[in-house]
Amino acid sequence: MKINGTHDDPVGIRADTRLLDYLRDQQGLRGTKEACGRGECGACTVLIDGRPVLSCITLAVRVDGDVETIEGVTAESAELRRQFAEHGAFQCGFCTPGQIVRGVALLRQGLPADDNALRAAISGNVCRCTGYSGIVSALRAAEENIAMADSGENS
Amino acid sequence: MRPGAFRYLAATSLDEVLENLSELGDEVTLLAGGQSLIPLMNLRLARPEVLVDLNRVPGLAGIDLVDGELRIGAMVRAADVASDPIVTGSLPALARAAAFIGHPQIRNRTTIGGNISHADPSSELPGVLAAFEGSVTLKSLRGERRVGWDEFIVSTFTNSREADELVVDVRFPVRPGWSFAYDEVAPRHGDYPLAGICAGVQISDGIVRGMRLVAVGVSDRPVVLTGVAQFALGRELDAATIKELGKVGREEVSANDDAHASSEYRKWLVGTLINRILGNLVLEQR
Repeated sequence: MKINGTHDDPVGIRADTRLLDYLRDQQGLRGTKEACGRGECGACTVLIDGRPVLSCITLAVRVDGDVETIEGVTAESAELRRQFAEHGAFQCGFCTPGQIVRGVALLRQGLPADDNALRAAISGNVCRCTGYSGIVSALRAAEENIAMADSGENS
Repeated sequence: MRPGAFRYLAATSLDEVLENLSELGDEVTLLAGGQSLIPLMNLRLARPEVLVDLNRVPGLAGIDLVDGELRIGAMVRAADVASDPIVTGSLPALARAAAFIGHPQIRNRTTIGGNISHADPSSELPGVLAAFEGSVTLKSLRGERRVGWDEFIVSTFTNSREADELVVDVRFPVRPGWSFAYDEVAPRHGDYPLAGICAGVQISDGIVRGMRLVAVGVSDRPVVLTGVAQFALGRELDAATIKELGKVGREEVSANDDAHASSEYRKWLVGTLINRILGNLVLEQR
């Protein structure tokens, strides 16, 4: 597997090690959080080959693809993180890395135009503080600003 | 919240899986998408001795139309079932039902073979398989057999797979002239439905020639509502008939009581879903 662009062959890893524990304890990538530990809340979301998956219910030994964690999308998520702050899209912040990783994957493919569809798309990431309005508006603002910046560069 | 120790076998071929199963039988737990199994292992509700990982086994992932059936490899992910052009083109009801499973992260891993084998009574896909009168293909070193949904799905978390067998694909007969739809009611999108309905109708000259209705989430396995289908035959699906069919369905189904919903409420949902789905199917045909 690759982790944030670097090849990594976990030799001698125990089969019962979850991807979450491998990332946090053996790679020192502590941005990925454990909350529910059973695939319900999305705090442990990482990307494998660009698709968001839950690292708490993925065994590390079975991963072959490119893994991206919150640490690996620092530059790409800069505008989204700025908008999270701007729109009050977090309070305690524990779900935020998962929200951002999920958001990055959504921004890559383009946000659904319909707000209900967007809410369904982020339904795998539970936030107990915000009520989601801030998260939705932060995603919209980030997409708009990124598009504006892109068109600015092209003109 | 970590799984207990187990022996892990990363199979790289179908033969290897079948040999493992033949040799170790009951000791083996098969790992497909792992979206139900790994949570159960994290909670120590499941303690498999040997885990045979199917994720690197080639040949279990295709989607194609063969002999009038949509054949979906057991390891095809729910996200792909929901978006694959062959599925959305030939069996849109199946694609829609797959989009109701969990949330995006779950759908990226959940497999159709694992989902149907798990036989969760609230799960969408077994109900769709039942509505289409589909089947699964089981392989072992002894050979291959096709088993209809009715024989395969026994009850809650129980299927009729033998210990040495592997589900290699799931098959949905394509039914020309029929329209199918799936809809459900859940506390939140992505939660297990309190009730879900997969319905198929065949209408010509405005008259119902065939109907198939299956409810999920109400019993220990998908329930075929034959009374509703019988009632509909030969009738025109006008507003009054659709309303009546909802009532027939509500009376026909016997639904579980649990912490999430009463039996009465589930019955009411079945009626409402029948009204909603049939109403939409009629609108689509116009």
